[in-house]
Amino acid sequence: MSSELRYTANTQLEHLHARYTGTGHADLTKYEWLTHQHRDTLASIVGHPTLTSYLAIADGEAIGRVKFEMTERMLQPCGPPPAKDD
Amino acid sequence: MSSEEPRLVDSFTVPKDVLQEFQDMAEEEDIDPFAETASKRQIASRQSDYQNRRFKRQANESADAFKALEEGTEVEGGYQDAMRVQMLEKEEERVKRLIEDKEREAREEGQDKMDLDKTPPRAEIEEVMKDLAAASGTKRKRRWDVEEPAAGEVKAEDKGEWLKEALEEAAPKKRRSRWDATPADVGAGETPKRSRWDQTPTVVDAPMQQIIMNAPGFMHEDKHNRYLTDEELDALLPTSGYAIVTPPPGYAPMVRPPKLSATPVTEVGGFQIQESSDAAAQAAAAGLAPELPTEIPGVGSLAFFKPEDAQYFAKILKEEDETELSVDEMKERKIMRLLLKIKNGTPPVRKTALRQITDKARDFGAGPLFDKILPLLMERTLEDQERHLLVKVIDRVLYKLDDLVRPYVHKILVVIEPLLIDEDYYARVEGREIISNLSKAAGLAHMISTMRPDIDHADEYVRNTTARAFSVVASALGIPSLLPFLKAVCRSKKSWQARHTGIRIVQQIAIMMGCAVLPHLRNLVDCIAHGLQDEQQKVRTMTALGLAALAEAAAPYGIESFDNVLKPLWVGIRLHRGKSLAAFLKAIGFILPLMDPEYVAYYIKEVTIILIREFQTSDEEMKKIVLKVVQQCAATEGVTAAYIKQDILPDFFKSFWVRRMALDRRNYRQVVDTTVELAQKAGVAEIVGRIVNELKDEAEPYRKMVMETITKVVASLGASDIDERLEVRLVDGIIYSFQEQTTEDQVMLDGFGTVVNALGIRVKPYLTQIVSTILWRLNNKSAKVRQQAADLTTRLAVVIKQCGEDQLLSKLGLVLFEQLGEEYPDTLGSIIAAEGAIANVVGMTQMNPPVKDLLPRMTPILRNRHEKVQEATINLIGRIADRGAEFVPAREWMRICFELLDLLKAHKKGIRRAAVNSFGYIAKSLGPQDVLQVLLTNLRVQERQSRVCSTVAIAIVAETCGPFTCIPAILNEYRTAELNVRTGCLKALTFVFEYVGPQSAYYADSVVTMLEDALTDRDLVHRQTASVIVKHLALGVAGLGCEDSMLHLMNLVWPNCFETSPHVIGAVMDAIEAMRVTLGPGVLLSYILQGLFHPARKVREVYWRVYNSLYLGAEDALVPFYPDLGELSEGQNVFDRHPLQMFI
Repeated sequence: MSSELRYTANTQLEHLHARYTGTGHADLTKYEWLTHQHRDTLASIVGHPTLTSYLAIADGEAIGRVKFEMTERMLQPCGPPPAKDD
Repeated sequence: MSSEEPRLVDSFTVPKDVLQEFQDMAEEEDIDPFAETASKRQIASRQSDYQNRRFKRQANESADAFKALEEGTEVEGGYQDAMRVQMLEKEEERVKRLIEDKEREAREEGQDKMDLDKTPPRAEIEEVMKDLAAASGTKRKRRWDVEEPAAGEVKAEDKGEWLKEALEEAAPKKRRSRWDATPADVGAGETPKRSRWDQTPTVVDAPMQQIIMNAPGFMHEDKHNRYLTDEELDALLPTSGYAIVTPPPGYAPMVRPPKLSATPVTEVGGFQIQESSDAAAQAAAAGLAPELPTEIPGVGSLAFFKPEDAQYFAKILKEEDETELSVDEMKERKIMRLLLKIKNGTPPVRKTALRQITDKARDFGAGPLFDKILPLLMERTLEDQERHLLVKVIDRVLYKLDDLVRPYVHKILVVIEPLLIDEDYYARVEGREIISNLSKAAGLAHMISTMRPDIDHADEYVRNTTARAFSVVASALGIPSLLPFLKAVCRSKKSWQARHTGIRIVQQIAIMMGCAVLPHLRNLVDCIAHGLQDEQQKVRTMTALGLAALAEAAAPYGIESFDNVLKPLWVGIRLHRGKSLAAFLKAIGFILPLMDPEYVAYYIKEVTIILIREFQTSDEEMKKIVLKVVQQCAATEGVTAAYIKQDILPDFFKSFWVRRMALDRRNYRQVVDTTVELAQKAGVAEIVGRIVNELKDEAEPYRKMVMETITKVVASLGASDIDERLEVRLVDGIIYSFQEQTTEDQVMLDGFGTVVNALGIRVKPYLTQIVSTILWRLNNKSAKVRQQAADLTTRLAVVIKQCGEDQLLSKLGLVLFEQLGEEYPDTLGSIIAAEGAIANVVGMTQMNPPVKDLLPRMTPILRNRHEKVQEATINLIGRIADRGAEFVPAREWMRICFELLDLLKAHKKGIRRAAVNSFGYIAKSLGPQDVLQVLLTNLRVQERQSRVCSTVAIAIVAETCGPFTCIPAILNEYRTAELNVRTGCLKALTFVFEYVGPQSAYYADSVVTMLEDALTDRDLVHRQTASVIVKHLALGVAGLGCEDSMLHLMNLVWPNCFETSPHVIGAVMDAIEAMRVTLGPGVLLSYILQGLFHPARKVREVYWRVYNSLYLGAEDALVPFYPDLGELSEGQNVFDRHPLQMFI
């Protein structure tokens, strides 16, 4: 952002944004962004009972099991982070 | 013929008054108007003697024991040394005191009559005078009218009166004019004003010359009185029989605070006029002094430069050949330059210098840095701003240096500790922050070993500041880590000072950390508990104060931690008197509210005996504490009303409800507060019944105190407790004290209003009397009295109506109406407000005078510029427009509309708001067309505030008369080619859509074309305001099926997301957020996805910002809209969202 904006409410907004998980910035990598998307998806499934039971039926698992697995997968939903280039 | 005419004088002189004027001007010019403020800015000159004791403190190096241990070197100047130095100081202090005592004794025995430091008693002077008079042989007493045998006269007679020699000899005696004294013949006594030309040329405000040559400070400055050098001593003393003794091992020459501002030593060679430093400063201010530069080589231009700076920064003021300097010298100069930039530079210069000094802190090293910074902070002429900046430097540097600061901890503390007792809150906070950072950098062990010697320092000032510093250390490093040390200090057997300071540390911890002491409460209490039985009275007092602070911090929890001290405290109040009793009572007062209601009654009973005894104290401090404790007792749950009524109230009223208490402001407050608190338990009737007769007391301050108490009690508890007898006395007393007041006071007015309103319908029998009082006072010749009467009317109007006394109201209304010609604006404002209050309760139809007469009378008053008048008038007019507009002809209303436009310029927001609302009411009764026309025309005026208010008024008209009446007119007006009008129209629409909310759905399509035009305008403000309209529109129509037009607007708003002007981008971001609500997050996400990974960072930054606010607004709702990115999977990373691919 230009220096003019540095002193306005908008940067405060940016700081505010940065305090929440899942928000991004200009240097975010593909892996990080997608990890957040996956976690949101999993959380959404766990949080909506209808979605959980839908998946439970599709998978033939108990609802509790589905919940558990979804929660477990939040750890590294897209696999381990890729190796740093530099 | 010429002899008849008045002769013209052939020479003119200037009239005397003109001369006088010039003289005054010359004098005024000479006065430096900033001299006084300059001295006020200086911290040292503003502070008390106690605070300035910091200049006497001595700092020593605190060796870094940790580092020494690592390197295996011997520690020098460490804890041991510090303790030894401190012991020496104490011993010195003791010896000094002994000597003083001895001298005093000697004096008392009459061996030494004249003590130069003290004014001797009068008897002694007279005795000496008598002796002197006897010695000189003349009579001491001589009346002015008794002729004096003049020696000169006799001499002259001897020589013959008319002899020439005699005359010549006599002449110089009469004209004793010396070149350096006031010339006698100009008649200094005749000039009425002290002016400059008849004064001695010595500078008046120069410091007084020291007369007594052996004053301690003198030796260093004066050539004639300096210490003798070794050579001189060699020359003076015989060569044999004398030996030069080496200084004792622990001897350190006394380090005096740097006296950089001292006047330079001058060659003492005959008389000379002393140059005062103030004169130099004045010259510098006038730009006359070339020696104070504003441009310094290697530093650049500065904001200011003081003479003291010139001495301090002497090394960098002159040009030097840098190649000749050593590395250390270069470093020193570099640091000085940076410090000068920080201290005196303009903000940008200061900022870069601060960053540089922070970055290079470790290169410079702790030593060189602090050697330069700390003396600057001890400068006597230091000002707030400079201190703030230097403290900031220390803070930053500390952070970088980390454990390198260890050797300088004590030096830093000596400089920073005084900040902890500064009167300025921010200075205290800064001091705390530095000490906290310092303790984190140096570590607990080092802090303790550095500060330990100061704990039982001989000087109370040092102990006080050290205790505060320790409490900061405790809060920075945690109480538990400091507890063992505190325990040891509080039990110190060596000196009571150490115990005293230890307990004070605990007190300061409690004050500073508040409820954060709770987890360690028991430990802290146990730590100091034994101090209650200490043999030193000061320690006992401090312990009680410490317990009070702990209990206050812990309230309402933690009574169990105080179990151990309850007995000593309650026993203590029977044993102690005076100051320590006050402290004990204070502690009890704070512990009582923590107690269980079941037990508290017993403890209160115990303490009440003492409290009642102390009611009679003459000590002000004790009085205050006793009152506070009574208040705290009354507030506890366990104490009963009966107990208060029986045991406390009689004595309380006997000793505190006396006239004397009303005279001191602080006592007054305390007594009122305590009585109100007692009333909460004892009830209204009990308290009011006891003091109501005092309303007729002859002392006005006392009546006021009674009135204030009654007001507060009645306001919080109501008047239903008051029986008929009391009611009569109360109303009688209030009327009496209201009539008898000599200074019109808010207290009396409030009291009257509160009591009458609380009594409600019960005041009916007294109303005739009250109203006749008001009517009488409305015609008083003092404007203040009239104003107060009008204010009282405002407060009573509702009650009078409740009592059904409409007759009285209409009478009051008529009298007030006649008073509208009032010339004092404050009074006029009150009268109008009173008229408004009556109109309010009576209603427009019954109002007397009739509204159709009242309103035309108000129109000219609207032009009054006084805020109070404006506000009262506009409120009344608004009320009439709201309720009774039909009684007034339309032409009158239009006239008022034009007058109201002027009120839109008012400074007070309340007036502007009332004016804008009035437009709404008027438009409602007249129909919007005419009013709207007035307002739209007003958009052409120059003043921004007036235009803004017009737009708000338009919006209100639209709200009250329906948007369909206004939007066409606004759209039509938008076609005007004038920029102000177009912006005004847009602005008006923003408010319209903000106010009408969901109704906007009907008008969304009709404004789209206008918004298209505005959003594609070149003018930034157009796009900004249009974005605000879009925001309100979008929020208004959310869920009402206007998605098509909103999507269209979204496409027009979206390109503006790259704007950089703060207001524009703010408005655009808001509009986009509003679109999220209307269009749904999915649509917005599809816009954002385009740029999240754009190659240009500038684009990415903006898009991520929008993404973030979208994400925070609708995190869960975004899940179905994320694109399927399974094809990007590579290696271990699989990006498919498998759960979403399942289906039944």
